[in-house]
Amino acid sequence: MANTLTLTATSPCYGLLPKTVGTCTLTETDLGTLTSVAPFKGRAVSDALKGAHGMAFPAPNRATGKDGARAIWFGRDMVLLAGPVPDPGLGDHAALTDQSDAWTCVTLSGEDAGAVLARLVPVDLRPAIFKQGHTARTQLGHMNASITRTGPDSFLILVFRSMAATLVHDLVTAMESLAARH
Amino acid sequence: MRLPCPICGERDRREFYYQGAAVALNRPAPDADADAWQDFVYLRENLPGDHQELWSHDAGCGAWLVVTRNTVTHAVLGAKLASEADR
Repeated sequence: MANTLTLTATSPCYGLLPKTVGTCTLTETDLGTLTSVAPFKGRAVSDALKGAHGMAFPAPNRATGKDGARAIWFGRDMVLLAGPVPDPGLGDHAALTDQSDAWTCVTLSGEDAGAVLARLVPVDLRPAIFKQGHTARTQLGHMNASITRTGPDSFLILVFRSMAATLVHDLVTAMESLAARH
Repeated sequence: MRLPCPICGERDRREFYYQGAAVALNRPAPDADADAWQDFVYLRENLPGDHQELWSHDAGCGAWLVVTRNTVTHAVLGAKLASEADR
């Protein structure tokens, strides 16, 4: 009799999330396929991106699209396409690289979400400055992160996959210390 | 200290890494004489005043910048992308 072995993929925050402390909830977010889109020198990719996936190529510090299909500015001359499998036609204009297993993706939501991040992130994330559709490549604690506002009280946070446990630890510690003040 | 990244906007110093004097952008020709290479590799002006410095925005957009900074007052007078700097 042949032995059968079943392997089940686990997500970066498997066993760590969700977590609710005070007014804030931290959940893992499955963004689907993640692809970095780096336009070839001098090539515009916005029309192709719009035609294939319905969102414009975002300007620096901005994200376009919506839940399920988002384009997040991800650094100099680079955007992260989160959700759909990239249309092969995009490959005529940009270098496409699969990043699906490389990132930890979490959503921090709740009334104090901004105050929690203010303890960890050296960027002004107040709603008047950092509006819906704004994104930043910055640091969260000592980790390089991508932070995008997805709602009035919610942020999408990405760090390298290897840092999942540290990300959860740092965020939950900040959530707890903030909740302790209420 | 905050540095004005031309791509990301003004950001905290901890997002950046100092990469040395912007002299590094003025690389001698491969066949330049030993004095030119000695000058390029080892010799730096260190006068008080405005300095051109290279900083990389490691935790941000990743771009290398040429930052003008006054070493007496520590005032940051501007920054531009290294790719667009005068050579």
